Amino acid sequence: MGILDFLRSRREPPAAKAKERLRIIVAQERANRGGPDYLPLMRNELLAVIRKYVHVDLDAIDIHLERNGEHDVLELSVALPDGKGGG
Amino acid sequence: MTEIIVVTSGKGGVGKTTSSASLATGIAQQGKKVAVIDFDVGLRNLDLIMGCERRVVYDFVNVIHGEASLKQALIKDKRVETLFVLAASQTRDKDALTQEGVERVLDELAKEGFDYVICDSPAGIEKGAHLAMYFADRAVVVVNPEVSSVRDSDRILGLLASKTRRSERGDGGVPGHLLLTRYHPARVEAGEMLSLQDVEELLGIPVVGVIPESDGVLTASNTGVPVILDESSNAGQAYADTVVRLLGEPRPIRFLDAPKKGFFKRVFGS
Ligand SMILES: Nc1ncnc2c1ncn2[C@@H]1O[C@H](COP(=O)(O)OP(=O)(O)O)[C@@H](O)[C@H]1O
Ligand SMILES: [Mg+2]
Repeated sequence: MGILDFLRSRREPPAAKAKERLRIIVAQERANRGGPDYLPLMRNELLAVIRKYVHVDLDAIDIHLERNGEHDVLELSVALPDGKGGG
Repeated sequence: MTEIIVVTSGKGGVGKTTSSASLATGIAQQGKKVAVIDFDVGLRNLDLIMGCERRVVYDFVNVIHGEASLKQALIKDKRVETLFVLAASQTRDKDALTQEGVERVLDELAKEGFDYVICDSPAGIEKGAHLAMYFADRAVVVVNPEVSSVRDSDRILGLLASKTRRSERGDGGVPGHLLLTRYHPARVEAGEMLSLQDVEELLGIPVVGVIPESDGVLTASNTGVPVILDESSNAGQAYADTVVRLLGEPRPIRFLDAPKKGFFKRVFGS
């Protein structure tokens, strides 16, 4: 984190920071809700594999279960960092 | 028709018991017949907040186990004619409450002509909290403007939508209202505390009331008089407004602004 970011984060009101953190964690927990209990663990293991090839953050990976009538579809999306998507 | 309202939160110490006592008292003051039940088995407290601790002879678990009749266990409030309290048991047996037992008691309250049953949930997401919400028609989700409370409330909203009788019957889960308590307008204005709008936006359900942080709540619990009966306290007035809204009438939310500091306070600090 650069010095400017540091100063900016110090100026951000604590409530705004709390809200941003909650927005992310609540969305993530809602996406996993009702899915099997192994989902969070699987997410972490998949992340470890992905990280062998590209460096992404824990929150760049989104995994959830979609119910389509008879079928459950496991959706996995990874936001790759700029310029590293080509492989 | 009896309406069952659960007062729940996930997190402990956010104001569920304080709110259950005041909401039950306020609804009964409107002439409705109300029973308020303490589901916190092993940690009975509602009796103290209602000021009837010395009149507890039989409790909820005694009724479930057939050791006392519901009539014997219901404690009639001394201040409001149509209000009754059912105390929690002090047993350490975690399985003392059963789903069938709770259902039987709720059915009997309906037969006795109660208009409202308020279920004061224990903290957590274990059996007591599950049974307190399972049969509910509505939920009051008590939340403090603070990160762990908001997150836990969202968890509870998930359970209300999926682990209740209404959800199992396909009735779309238990509808919930937010009750924001221990609100500190000055700290919100200073950007130190999540605002009503922040919490409403994060959780996405309507707010039924905002209760300010207030010394009146401590006085009320010390004396065993629900704070709603203290008309001089902000918290008491905010609970009275909440009761009106719960019963279906709109009413503007008060006590959202910090008291303006006078000139001397601004210059010389508070
Ligand atoms: N609006 C309020 N202002 C000040 N103190 C409060 C307020 N609401 C609750 N409290 C205090 O917070 C503590 C926890 O409240 P309680 O109702 O027992 O929570 P819970 O039942 O959720 O565990 C108590 O000491 C109570 O007096
Ligand atoms: Mg309590």
